[in-house]
Amino acid sequence: MSLIDSVSLPRSFRLPRVDGLIQWIVPLAIIAIWQVASVTGFVPTRVLPAPSDVLLAGWKLLLSGELVRNIWVSFWRASIGFLIGGSIGFAFGLANGLSQLSAKLTDTTLQMVRNVPHLALIPLVILWFGIDESAKLFLVALGVFFPIYLNTLHGIRTVDPQLIEMGRIYGMSDGELFRRVIFPGALPSIFVGIRFALGIMWLTLIVAETIAASSGLGYMAMQAREFMLIDVVVLSILIYALLGKLADSASRVLERLTLSWHPAYWKR
Amino acid sequence: MQTAVRSSLPETEFTSRANFAPHARVVREERQGERQAQTTGLPLSIRGLRKSFGDNEVLRGIDLHIPAGQFVAIVGRSGCGKSTLLRLIAGLDKIDAGSISFGQDVQPEDIRVMFQEPRLLPWARVLANVEVGLGRDRALGDAHARAEKALTEVGLADKRDQWPSVLSGGQKQRVALGRALVSRPRVLAFDEPLGALDALTRISMQRLLERVWRDQGFTAILVTHDVAEAVALADRVLVIDEGRIAHDVTVNAGRPRQRGSAELAGLEGSILSHLLSADDRT
Ligand SMILES: Nc1ncnc2c1ncn2[C@@H]1O[C@H](COP(=O)(O)OP(=O)(O)OP(=O)(O)O)[C@@H](O)[C@H]1O
Ligand SMILES: [Mg+2]
Repeated sequence: MSLIDSVSLPRSFRLPRVDGLIQWIVPLAIIAIWQVASVTGFVPTRVLPAPSDVLLAGWKLLLSGELVRNIWVSFWRASIGFLIGGSIGFAFGLANGLSQLSAKLTDTTLQMVRNVPHLALIPLVILWFGIDESAKLFLVALGVFFPIYLNTLHGIRTVDPQLIEMGRIYGMSDGELFRRVIFPGALPSIFVGIRFALGIMWLTLIVAETIAASSGLGYMAMQAREFMLIDVVVLSILIYALLGKLADSASRVLERLTLSWHPAYWKR
Repeated sequence: MQTAVRSSLPETEFTSRANFAPHARVVREERQGERQAQTTGLPLSIRGLRKSFGDNEVLRGIDLHIPAGQFVAIVGRSGCGKSTLLRLIAGLDKIDAGSISFGQDVQPEDIRVMFQEPRLLPWARVLANVEVGLGRDRALGDAHARAEKALTEVGLADKRDQWPSVLSGGQKQRVALGRALVSRPRVLAFDEPLGALDALTRISMQRLLERVWRDQGFTAILVTHDVAEAVALADRVLVIDEGRIAHDVTVNAGRPRQRGSAELAGLEGSILSHLLSADDRT
């Protein structure tokens, strides 16, 4: 035992530092090239401001408190919408994966709703909720619902039936069978759903905030467009990218923690 | 150093099971110093057992008595119903007609099955996988200790904290054996447990099976494709054909058995010819 521990420890120490640096080389290089291109006038600042200008705009907005407030509003909308849509999707996925009756009752309906692009509902949603918070939350929740629902359902349905039989033979109760066999077996698929959902979450939010909002990053970008503040527009786009990356990293960390048994998560 | 005591016992010292059993018990009591009741096998009586799937009559009246502690091997053509019989004995499927009795009330923990696939939980460490075998006793305080003991019995104590995916096929099957043994079952049914292993691993697994069976005295029912394996391990070999027990062959050779001895080879030949003649008729 102790031998194995001492072998696996140094590896987990070494990897994050090297890998953490490598993945940032390309983005940094792009920014450097961009800066040079702007300063030399190769790219007109009316088209694309220099990174330093964008940074400066960000600094000003940060000082005025506007930036933090807008980021916070968008982050809050994203998380709450994700939590609502995700939990409902997860609950339906569980129910329909575990119970034939529930699946017969609801699956067809859900599949039909899925075929409507949720962004097509924006006019309807505005009529229903106005440009209220609930409109954005509703759209995000709806967008997040399906990837989580579908992947939870798929994960539960594809748990190895031999393992389930094994659990029954060894006298597991229904609850125990779920906790020890079905849920861990479905987890890799659930994570695929979460990663998909995170992408959809940001996309939905950007669109919704651009069209119908009075705060948030999308709103900040639209305001800036009206006043021709192109550096702020670019800044909001970059922040969206950063937030998206952050959400993805968080889900990766969670994935690696909970799926540490899976050989696919050992290297890298 | 419990393993050392056991594995340093040369197997050839014991010439028959009668000789071995009391000795083994002494060893165990010295080792663990605990007064665990010696588990004993259960006898098994099957009367007029039938099972069909739709129109497919798989078992058409099986009559069989297995005395407590006997090692029985079941052979037969593919699809003749060996697995079906085993699943009925283990209570995994419903009986159509007839009966299976163990002579007394049995707990679920008394009867265990081992399959060709190890069926380990990939997300549980080796030790936790063995603990699964305790059934309802998992919640008790000594679960860890018992699981560790079972792991030691199958020679994998040093792998307790590994994920199953790092183990070799033979090691996985040994963990599955440990999981089946941990509840001290009184009937242990094997459905081709060694079918997927290479020849060398097979032989060492066969030795392990024989050793735990002699140690623990459970009634063993082994389904196998390999007639040589059947005669090497079993007291008795049953040939199933057309849904019935077509031949019931007693293997009298003493233990430990000499693989490839003339006596076993002769038996193997005659069982094979039974199987082949059944095959020719179809
Ligand atoms: N759940 C089931 N539903 C329908 N038919 C079944 C089922 N289980 C087994 N059978 C049929 O019963 C027959 C016996 O199957 P069984 O698995 O017992 O054979 P076997 O002797 O174990 O074969 P093998 O040596 O190939 O494992 C086969 O014809 C099989 O198709
Ligand atoms: Mg079979």
